[in-house]
Amino acid sequence: MGFEGIGASVRRKEDSRFLNGRGNYTDDINRPGQLHAYVKRSDRPHAKLNGIDILAASKAPGVVAIFTGADMAKEEIGGLPCGWQIHNKDGSPMAEPPHPVMAVGKVRHVGDPVAVVIAETKQQAKDAAELLEIDYTDLPAAANMTAALAAGAPTVHDDVAGNICYDWQIGDKDVVDGVFAKAHKVVRLDLTNNRLIPNAMEPRAAVGDYDVNSGEYTLYTTSQNPHVIRLLMSAFVLHLPENKVRVVAPDVGGGFGSKIYHYAEEAIVTWASAKVRRPVKWTAERTESFMSDAHGRDHISTAEMAIDAQGTFLGLRVSTQANMGAYLSTFAPCVPTYLYATLLAGTYKTPVIYCEVKAVFTNTVPVDAYRGAGRPEATFLIERLVDAVAYDTGIDRVEIRRRNFIPADAFPYQTPVALQYDSGDYQTTLRVALQNADWDGFEKRRADAKSRGKLRGIGISTYLEACGIAPSAVVGSLGARAGLYEVANIRVHPTGSVTVFTGTHSHGQGHETTLAQLVVEQLGVPMDQIEVVHGDTAKIPFGMGTYGSRSLAVGGSAMYRAMDKIIAKGKKIAAHLMEAAVEDIEFANNTFKVAGTDKTKSLTEISLAAYVPHNYPIEELEPGLEETAFYDPKNFTFPGGCHIAEVEIDPETGVVHVANFTAVDDVGRVVNPMIVEGQIQGGVAQGIGQALLEAAIYDDNGQLLSGSMMDYTMPRADNLPNFNVATENTMCTHNPLGSKGCGEVGAIGSPPAVINAICDALKDYKVRHMNMPATSGKIWTIINAGINAG
Amino acid sequence: MYDFAYQKPASLADAVKALGADGEAKALAGGMTYIPVLKQRLAKPSTIVDLSGLGLTGIKVEGGKVTIGAMTKHCVVAASAEVKAAIPALAALAGGIGDEAVRHRGTIGGSIANNDPAADYPSAALALGATIVTDRRSIAADDFFTGMFGTALEQGEIITAVEFPVPTKAAYEKFRNPASRYAIVGVFVAQTSGGPRVAVTGAGQGGVFRHSAMEAALAGNFSAAAIKGVKTSPDDLNGDIHASSEYRAHLVGVIAGRALAKAG
Ligand SMILES: Cc1cc2nc3c(=O)[nH]c(=O)nc-3n(C[C@H](O)[C@H](O)[C@H](O)COP(=O)(O)OP(=O)(O)OC[C@H]3O[C@@H](n4cnc5c(N)ncnc54)[C@H](O)[C@@H]3O)c2cc1C
Repeated sequence: MGFEGIGASVRRKEDSRFLNGRGNYTDDINRPGQLHAYVKRSDRPHAKLNGIDILAASKAPGVVAIFTGADMAKEEIGGLPCGWQIHNKDGSPMAEPPHPVMAVGKVRHVGDPVAVVIAETKQQAKDAAELLEIDYTDLPAAANMTAALAAGAPTVHDDVAGNICYDWQIGDKDVVDGVFAKAHKVVRLDLTNNRLIPNAMEPRAAVGDYDVNSGEYTLYTTSQNPHVIRLLMSAFVLHLPENKVRVVAPDVGGGFGSKIYHYAEEAIVTWASAKVRRPVKWTAERTESFMSDAHGRDHISTAEMAIDAQGTFLGLRVSTQANMGAYLSTFAPCVPTYLYATLLAGTYKTPVIYCEVKAVFTNTVPVDAYRGAGRPEATFLIERLVDAVAYDTGIDRVEIRRRNFIPADAFPYQTPVALQYDSGDYQTTLRVALQNADWDGFEKRRADAKSRGKLRGIGISTYLEACGIAPSAVVGSLGARAGLYEVANIRVHPTGSVTVFTGTHSHGQGHETTLAQLVVEQLGVPMDQIEVVHGDTAKIPFGMGTYGSRSLAVGGSAMYRAMDKIIAKGKKIAAHLMEAAVEDIEFANNTFKVAGTDKTKSLTEISLAAYVPHNYPIEELEPGLEETAFYDPKNFTFPGGCHIAEVEIDPETGVVHVANFTAVDDVGRVVNPMIVEGQIQGGVAQGIGQALLEAAIYDDNGQLLSGSMMDYTMPRADNLPNFNVATENTMCTHNPLGSKGCGEVGAIGSPPAVINAICDALKDYKVRHMNMPATSGKIWTIINAGINAG
Repeated sequence: MYDFAYQKPASLADAVKALGADGEAKALAGGMTYIPVLKQRLAKPSTIVDLSGLGLTGIKVEGGKVTIGAMTKHCVVAASAEVKAAIPALAALAGGIGDEAVRHRGTIGGSIANNDPAADYPSAALALGATIVTDRRSIAADDFFTGMFGTALEQGEIITAVEFPVPTKAAYEKFRNPASRYAIVGVFVAQTSGGPRVAVTGAGQGGVFRHSAMEAALAGNFSAAAIKGVKTSPDDLNGDIHASSEYRAHLVGVIAGRALAKAG
């Protein structure tokens, strides 16, 4: 057994069970006497729900119960709450229309839950659901933002005029307009950020299990944050005391944000299991996932950069429309505001920035955070705009970035859009990426491609993101209705092995390995004597879960603090046992030592003494060796770096082949380089997916055209190149680990690199911009128009 | 899935009888198309007649013909030394259908009977002038495919084999739908005893079709150069979120050119 501490590429402990089919996912959980729920969903984008006749369905074989939104309303079940409040330009709060668990009065998107049929088998529930007689009156739909904002548009919520959820701004418009008025030149770009459907490998599932005797409810669910679900569901929806609700998120097969939110089905199975006095299980079919998991992105923006004659950025002005879908999902309002507009400085010292964002209701699935959440949208906008500046001025793309970078000695750096970056070195990540990508050798590769009839291009993105979300007080002042600290409980067992109870949640990230490595590093306990427990509110302390690349930076820091307490207490015990002063006790390599002597006690000896306190300072010290720390960070963390994509286009068909992809990221302290590389590769794969392939497409009536894997293009291995991934790290200055986070950088940095490369490849066709996804059909249209134009 | 009865007859006659006796009964081959249909509750058959007990498998090359049993799986055709030797383009086509799992279940009979407008085999059948042999007759490919998902099969008629005359030259080229990996445009070109034949799948509103303008252009000169100027009208082609009809029309030319280059 070699080195297993910070910096070791330890194999993932959890993979053995995943790869051997021994994972324990929500759908693997079956409770005695369990019933099955089928959620009947609206097939209408927008309709009045006049009534539901359940009579025939309720007589179908195996049916135990049928519930509708009206039944829940009778019991004063609450709507699904929104966890973030944004304010309008005029200071008034955003429109926050109700989000009933099941539709009441109206359905607002295809997939909106209308009723639940509970039966002995899922087949029977489905059979019966076909007998539901639902009386709809179709209404015209606002299928996209343009339609929703048009004069006389149908209103998604009757009391939300013009379908505007909020009209928000950041920055001083007059100041920025003043800068623009005097600028040498203004470069403008209109762009969209395509709507995505997350498609985690494991579909959502939920099992509700009410215990008649104790009055306790257990919900097994595919969640990234079981305590948040417990809080939202018990306090706002079902009005249950939290102590009577246990939420378990066992193995979860991918989330990417889509499993953060409190979904209707969780409340339905929990509530229904008490009604029918039996456990109730629901598992999404893939088709349901497409129309009920929160979607991501979906922005329309205009971006303008004011520059001087040297290409120095003087000011940035952005106007964005962000699609919320039909209802506000749990964290939707913060995504296009505080996770987006606050990032618009990017890696550049643009002195003034103004951004306004209109959030719009449409008759589509709710949109919320998806890997990167707001930051990919900001990065795509900035990094495309910077290339447009280069295009319009003729200044080299790399040079214009170098000229405008925040220099390495300027940290901490206060941006004009609220954030203060603690560390970074953008010149270095750029320089190393250019080297690793052999940027200088590119023209030769372009010429070689040309001799093979192919158009080759190279593109760069020098991005920044904010993660490790975040200081509670700051997010609170920005509208968050939750704290964003993290918690860890470290239990050293009598024999010296350790169990970590973390408030974060692993759904593919490998926390059972990475977090254990922190214990190896700090307490010197070997890997095989460390267990990481997460995902069960009955076991772990009240934590906020995993999203925004926060588990290591925030959750790992909480562990560090807890382990500091363990060491401090251990020193007191050691001082007692070795009859020395506490100040003279040192701890390293699993051993307490009296400084300057050869007197030592192992952690095991100390923990044994703590649990068998015969010879123990019992007057001053409690027995046991278990500590909890809640860690509330001082700031976000700011990973960043440089992504370089190289593409080759077949001009006859328009097909883009990603030939090379180089990433040099600054993620702060790296605990497990193999896992970091995997996270970056996965993120880049999703970024390439967004850039080239993925698009949630609604027709003008509000029907989802890309509603299955036959039509929604997920990236596959053959769409991806070999990745050339490296890190060049500067340490986070405000957390004890120095880690920044790596979960989202890939998806944030890569899309503009790919599109910049495509525009470069098509430079003979005067392509200044192209929206995502850059499908072969779109590229062929451009090339064909060029050819036809002569 | 709705409930249905299941039968697995041991003889062709029994299968024909089972299907003939009940208008709501349906044959099942590899199930790669039909089981998803059932799972989505798009069909409600009374009885499923599983054809896998009929022994309709196997490949035979004789008399200038490759005969493939209807229940022969795509992976078997793809790997067959006889097919590779006689009509390498056919083996290559089979090897490019779906993915490994699909190729280990899906059958040639199922594919031809289903006539999905984006499926691969129908183009081979049409371009090679194949004969579709059923329990009761032989049908020329030219008469077999009658429009999107449409065939000349009668209710309860079972395909037993497909006979492909060995061409002088042939090749298949496919432009995949990036999501489903079916054909957005697939073109099978063949130089046959009856002259050049070009069949296009994936593109036509009516399913697979012969490209007569290309065939005419190839009559004297079976090469990519010969079809250079041949236009394909987008009028009768599909347009969807993946490819407009204009783009498909363009691709028909490009893909046909590539198939011809491959055919040599
Ligand atoms: C993920 C996926 C990807 C795919 N990709 C491709 C692709 O790239 N290209 C492609 O061409 N296809 C593709 N397919 C379809 C695949 O080739 C199917 O196997 C084929 O279309 C049907 O064959 P089957 O044996 O599965 O037939 P089944 O699904 O069992 O039957 C299909 C239909 O044919 C009828 N039928 C079956 N056999 C006979 C017979 N002998 N006589 C009369 N009627 C019969 C059935 O009653 C049914 O109506 C894909 C399928 C999947 C699931």
